[in-house]
Amino acid sequence: MIDARGLSKRFQDKKRGEIRAVDNVSFQCQPGKIYGLLGANGAGKTTTLRMLATILEPTDGTAAICGHDVIEHPEKVRANVGFLSTATALYRRLTAQEFVEYFGRLNGLDEVTLKKRIDSIFDRLDMNGFRDRRCDKLSTGMIQKTSIARTLVHDPPVMIFDEPTNGLDIMSARTITAFIRECRDNGKTVIFSTHIMSEVEKLCDTIGIIQSGKLLVEGTLLELRDKYAEHELEEIFVKVVTPHYVAEENN
Amino acid sequence: MSLRNIGIVYRKELTEAIRDRRTVISTILVPLLLFPVLSVGFGSLAVMLVGKAKEETPKVMLRGGADSPEVVAGLKKLDKIEIVPETPNWKDQIINKEIRAAVEIPAGFQTDVAQQKPDTVKIYDYEGEMKSEFASDKVEKYLKDYSDTVVKDRLAAKNMPVGVLKPFEFKRENVAPPEKVSGAAIGGIIGYMVILLCMTGAMYPAMDLTAGEKERGTMETILSSPISRTHLVLGKFFLILTAALGTAALSVLSMGVSFSVLGHYTQRSADGRAAAAGLLLHLGPKTVASVFLMALPIAVLFSAVLMTIALFAKTYKEAQSYLTPMTFIVVIPAIAAMLPGVELTSKLSLIPILGTSLLCKELVAGTYHWNLIALIFTSNCVYAAAALFIAIKMFQRESVLFRS
Repeated sequence: MIDARGLSKRFQDKKRGEIRAVDNVSFQCQPGKIYGLLGANGAGKTTTLRMLATILEPTDGTAAICGHDVIEHPEKVRANVGFLSTATALYRRLTAQEFVEYFGRLNGLDEVTLKKRIDSIFDRLDMNGFRDRRCDKLSTGMIQKTSIARTLVHDPPVMIFDEPTNGLDIMSARTITAFIRECRDNGKTVIFSTHIMSEVEKLCDTIGIIQSGKLLVEGTLLELRDKYAEHELEEIFVKVVTPHYVAEENN
Repeated sequence: MSLRNIGIVYRKELTEAIRDRRTVISTILVPLLLFPVLSVGFGSLAVMLVGKAKEETPKVMLRGGADSPEVVAGLKKLDKIEIVPETPNWKDQIINKEIRAAVEIPAGFQTDVAQQKPDTVKIYDYEGEMKSEFASDKVEKYLKDYSDTVVKDRLAAKNMPVGVLKPFEFKRENVAPPEKVSGAAIGGIIGYMVILLCMTGAMYPAMDLTAGEKERGTMETILSSPISRTHLVLGKFFLILTAALGTAALSVLSMGVSFSVLGHYTQRSADGRAAAAGLLLHLGPKTVASVFLMALPIAVLFSAVLMTIALFAKTYKEAQSYLTPMTFIVVIPAIAAMLPGVELTSKLSLIPILGTSLLCKELVAGTYHWNLIALIFTSNCVYAAAALFIAIKMFQRESVLFRS
């Protein structure tokens, strides 16, 4: 599971001074559930997820992934996490298989286990037709599948998806959303960031709305509908975010 | 420290580097082809051009000499020289390469010689122009021989032996063994080439593995894997080091083969020039091994420094603009070591590139100053370790990895 406790991240900008990208964010994600982090561009979603994946270190607060602290044991955390975003590109001079093998080895898998895992994943994702093709020759759909295979190769209990469908065509996006559901069905803890309301409505068990680095509200879709007396998630989102957005604009 | 993880990163980077056309060109093809083209190509071209220039029959204009038939007849008899009559624009004709030289015999020259009055014969040529200089050399040689004959005749007339003007002979002889001669002549170049090629070999992979990775979006992918950043940076560093040393090794190999081929070729076609070209033949395996051993910490230093600087860049282009000036920083001390009179001292030993360049010169000459070797090797190891430490630290900094 994921347990974020007062996660904060500040950056120094030469022109704008100190920027609070994430400000005291706390939440929990349970195994077999999808937690959706919903926010506009620049709201702090990517920074939060990068801190959970230990790519960035929190300035204050911390988080535990499967009991491992992100600051104390970042390598153990990463061994338990599969991280996927549109920014996680492939090594274009490696073949699809070499790429997945590389990450399997970095995750400490021995050669026998690695071969079994790769054969199983490539069968499941129907990747055998392009396993020996270089990544720079793959179509968008093939790239998505190869990225998915990379996150699955060490069978992590926690999956972190940072706007994974951003910029993808509908078929590639469906591959990703189907994969996210499959992760939940397999009992993995899933956190997923997006600004696409329909994806959240379709996928998420719990929704957290983030703006200006602050987690403003969280709950199930039903709880949010009750609380804000709106049916459409987009309307709920606007109601939650507008006061903060206006304040930010005034500043 | 997990050697397994460093090895995994190294193998992956090596696979990618071998498949990258630009890396293969800069690390393998350029050093292998550069020296054959530069030495054998340009060398044989130069030999051919010089030979052709010597074969030409140059036109030499004769000014004056109507009252000195003996000298004029001698000039006209010279092999491969065409004496042409005087025209007013003779200077322009030399400049425009219509004639190669002009010889001016003063009025009454032969009578003056007979009466032992001093006189001056002037030769006009186009300085720096090879064919013009060949022509004036031939005329000068004839006049010198003529002058010697006159001197001999005058001594004979007074019943004096020729030796009166030549009381003794003198001769220069080299006592240094061939490897020391080659060390003094080309030792500086060897050090310069090894250092410069270590640098150019490391440059492309250093950019590709850092700024290139950021630009292609794979930095976030690799940072999300469990490998520690120290292992990651070391894996990358060893690949850059391999490229640096590989480029330098291939260059020296290519240089050795090219010069021996050139030496063989020029020995057959033009004696004498072979001596210069054949100098490298005296470089034994011990010298080459010593030069490489001394280049090792320098290669480590370059690899770490280039990687750190390139890591700071967001894109490949930005990295290029940071690293290109580095070439000049490296070239200046390396060239300084080639200047005549710059000798290896303990103070100069501490200057990273200069010390190694000077030492290479000594090593090629077969001189081993063990105290300076130890000092240079140790100081370079310290600099290299510091650079590598900074590279590792930079790889931990989010502001560098995610600079925007």
